[in-house]
Amino acid sequence: MIEAENVRYSYPNKVEALKGVSITIQDGEFVAIMGQNGAGKSTLVKHFNGLLKPARGTVRVNGAETTKCSVAALSRNVGFVFQNPDHQLFSETVEEEIGFALKNFGFKTEIIEERITWALNLLSLTEYRKTSPFLLSGGERKRVALASVLAWDPQTLILDEPTIGQDHEQKEKLRQFILQLQTQKKTVVTVTHDVEFVAECNPRVVLMKEGKIMADGEGKKILTDPALLEMSSIVLPQIAQVFAKLSILGLPKDIIDLYEAKDILMKTRERSRS
Amino acid sequence: MVIIEIKNLTYTYPGASKPSIDDVSIKIEKGEFVLITGPSGCGKTTLCRTFNGLVPHFYQGELKGEISVSGIETLQHHTYEMAKHVGLVFQNPENQLFALSIEKDVAFGLENNGVPREEMRRKVDWALNQTGIYDIRERSPHEISGGQQQRVAIASVLAMQPEIIVLDEPTSFLDPLSAEKIFEVIYRLNKEQGITVVLVEHRLDLTAKYTDHLIVMDKGKVRFEGDPRQILSSEETRLMGVGIPKATLLFQMLKKNGFNLAEKTPLSSEELANQLLEALSPK
Repeated sequence: MIEAENVRYSYPNKVEALKGVSITIQDGEFVAIMGQNGAGKSTLVKHFNGLLKPARGTVRVNGAETTKCSVAALSRNVGFVFQNPDHQLFSETVEEEIGFALKNFGFKTEIIEERITWALNLLSLTEYRKTSPFLLSGGERKRVALASVLAWDPQTLILDEPTIGQDHEQKEKLRQFILQLQTQKKTVVTVTHDVEFVAECNPRVVLMKEGKIMADGEGKKILTDPALLEMSSIVLPQIAQVFAKLSILGLPKDIIDLYEAKDILMKTRERSRS
Repeated sequence: MVIIEIKNLTYTYPGASKPSIDDVSIKIEKGEFVLITGPSGCGKTTLCRTFNGLVPHFYQGELKGEISVSGIETLQHHTYEMAKHVGLVFQNPENQLFALSIEKDVAFGLENNGVPREEMRRKVDWALNQTGIYDIRERSPHEISGGQQQRVAIASVLAMQPEIIVLDEPTSFLDPLSAEKIFEVIYRLNKEQGITVVLVEHRLDLTAKYTDHLIVMDKGKVRFEGDPRQILSSEETRLMGVGIPKATLLFQMLKKNGFNLAEKTPLSSEELANQLLEALSPK
């Protein structure tokens, strides 16, 4: 469980990035943190693995205050995948990159081998096992960064913009994998601008603006509220845009799912014919 | 008039075991808005790097085939010579900005080319106006938002008045509203100034509506090329893992279920909503 209470944080250049943020995330939750550039999203999640410590207020991870723990101790439980993979990758081969943290955490050689194979397979990277991460495309490097964190199986996973540079198939795999993690009671917190990805997952959505939380609730409710989204520089998902325009026909507005949309429209058509 | 012509291009990065571009031939007409998409690692970024000669002059490696851009064979010319004709904008603007003020960043390319002061002033102001950042021109590029930074990167390229702008996922670090505004700036430059645009994108939900020429790549090859409405409604494209816009998908699902809609495949929510309103409104 992650508990942040009235967290304030300023960067050395005096910009106050968090102005009193309180949020509780339970084990097994999937939370998407959204909002415009500079809203404080990345700053907030960096508090969840102790990379940043609050100037005022407290952050507790599984009951322990982050100011009293090292990043090394916290990261065994909280894995962080950065927005830009180049801030994270440094090894000569993809395999070494994924094995690095496992070695540091003191896993046995056979287990390391097993976990590397598992992670490579999961993220469609097996053919690049012996390749240098720097020869890979942007989207592939992003997956190497993700694989290297997933490999040690942290209880909580923090994904900063995980869908950047990913094609539709990789996004779908990521979505399936997150659903699977939820069945194992693992926590996933993602910072993302990708409204279509969030619409497909329908997680809990937290909207931030200027260092504060503006709204917190079910994805379907928040992503279909045009006024709220506009304040956060977010556009409606495409299906919600269609239903916003159809509302003059008396159709519901809070629709983000493709299949639900199809069913409603087919029924409306039946009714308009009879 | 053909402005980019690539013939039988095959290219392998140094140390790579297989080619990133595998026997690709394409023709792009002057004034087109071309969208290139395809699964991650399909060779789209590499292809863009050939347009101004970064591939192979900077990246080295092994290249076969012909590349002609604005009538110039890129293999026989330096990358800096190409800068007058082709401007490249990358994913992350931070990697591209370095000067102390936005204005200086935008003027950099012109200064380097020894453009006279008066002309430089005019071109820089024009580029700043086109991208809507004239009012913040004296600020540092490092204290502005990501959306504004990407506008600075586009302005820097525009100031050179290239005939072609190539943008490689230019908005992936931006919030959706800033992204939309950037796409609108690019679209306007294409329509009003006639600049040829080559845009690399995965997110067709945001961009399919702007294009008239879609190129779908996979494993280093061009798999589909042509009318986006036709390509995006084909089952094959969807199965390749291309992210079909939700409005296009919904349209197809409805048609499959016997919902009678117009022939024209929609590429945006507006187009689909209009068709649905037409079909569902009481007569």
